[in-house]
Amino acid sequence: MASDYLLELHGIEAGYGRAALVLRGLTVRVPAGTIVCLVGPNGAGKSTVLKVASGLLAPRAGRILVDSTDVTGQRPQQMLASGLAHVLQGHSVFREMTVAENVLLGGYTLRDKAVVAERVAFVQELFPVVGERWKSLAGLLSGGQQKQVEFARSLMVRPKVVLLDEPSMGLDPKTTSTVFEQVVRMRDAGTAVLLVEQNARRALETADIGCVLDLGTVHMSGPAAELLADPLLSELYLGGRPAERPISPER
Amino acid sequence: MTGGLETVELTKSFGGVTAIDAATVAFQPGKVNALIGPNGSGKTTFFNCVTGMIRPDSGRVRYRDHDITGRAPHRIARAGIGRSFQLCRVFPRMTVLDNLLVAVRAGGLRSSRNRAEMERARGWLTRVGIDHLEHAEARNLSWGQQKLLELAGVLMADPETILLDEPAGGVNPALIDRIGALVRELNAEGRTFLIVEHNMDMVMSLCDHVVVFDRGRPIAQGPPAAVKSDPRVLEAYLGV
Repeated sequence: MASDYLLELHGIEAGYGRAALVLRGLTVRVPAGTIVCLVGPNGAGKSTVLKVASGLLAPRAGRILVDSTDVTGQRPQQMLASGLAHVLQGHSVFREMTVAENVLLGGYTLRDKAVVAERVAFVQELFPVVGERWKSLAGLLSGGQQKQVEFARSLMVRPKVVLLDEPSMGLDPKTTSTVFEQVVRMRDAGTAVLLVEQNARRALETADIGCVLDLGTVHMSGPAAELLADPLLSELYLGGRPAERPISPER
Repeated sequence: MTGGLETVELTKSFGGVTAIDAATVAFQPGKVNALIGPNGSGKTTFFNCVTGMIRPDSGRVRYRDHDITGRAPHRIARAGIGRSFQLCRVFPRMTVLDNLLVAVRAGGLRSSRNRAEMERARGWLTRVGIDHLEHAEARNLSWGQQKLLELAGVLMADPETILLDEPAGGVNPALIDRIGALVRELNAEGRTFLIVEHNMDMVMSLCDHVVVFDRGRPIAQGPPAAVKSDPRVLEAYLGV
């Protein structure tokens, strides 16, 4: 039976090497047409969720479904073919290559030139700066412009869900606003987004659904606006003073 | 007050791009100073010139009334200036404790393994709040924990002036509060700070003096409240 979710992570357990588990039975779902954001303290496992979803880290337990198809254990290239594109933390453009070359690399697996041309037109319309700087070396673009090149590259294969890891990291306030506007444009253009962001308040203002992670599991989830209005959440994770007691799992 | 960190007509270009454009700036000794500005405005290049990581094309860097222009990074560190990096530079396969001990290993690997240095390292780990991770390999730390480890490493050299490049970048709000509180404590103990940061809540609540860069030179400076309402800053940086 078809699911309402484009991406489902069920009971995921994952970790690095012989170290303790980072994710401990985590469940996250991404419905179509939404931005789901993961917020929580450093070390909670947010980036690890994205690595598991994109196949960079194999889960030790749990299942991953993309549009109701079980893709658990698939390699990154298979995850990409299944419809998951991962935009990494920090800058990942090839600085010595042009914007065009960077974006076209995202469509490397596409064989039909007409499809490539259609996708190029699509990303250039969605991110105007990509078209304007098409022949420029990517390394000459500002941080925010480079981030939009990364977004455009990720959309070349028409992913069902884009996994965004800290898109605002290292960006100035003005550029951060632009980048979050572009995340909304991606959603409105038909791509669901799973967003990891330390700028928790800004992320929740942008997202439709929020999930609060702590110690490798989801402690709270719900409409982002409701989480944003929660005084305890605000105190713990959105810039207030850390409280003495942990957030209640029952909430 | 004079005798702090200052630059005179500092200039640095990369090819045809002028990253620092004849910047003359004086930071306030004994205070928490901020250097803010849009991406690409030259802040990190400025840090690199001041700390000897790159050599400026022209102009001078002065510290405590001495010309330190073009000195090697280790000599600038010995002069009392420590720095962190935008992207954490820890040794990933070394333990947290060993990451701190390398900061004092000028006399060889064994020299720092004396009890006093180890206790000093443990003291800084406790101070930044990651003493429970002493035996963990640095690569297994979260991003925020690596930021704290890097700060502890800077403090091992006992610098009088500390340059922090985006200490809140990629760090969750609760940890930002902790870093801010630590900066306040260290400042109260007499250390001067110069912080590059995009988190305006942190800058406005923590800093005494703010310098705003745009296109490689200062366009405004003063107390946080005055800088925040400066039309040039609103236009170039805050975008409101």
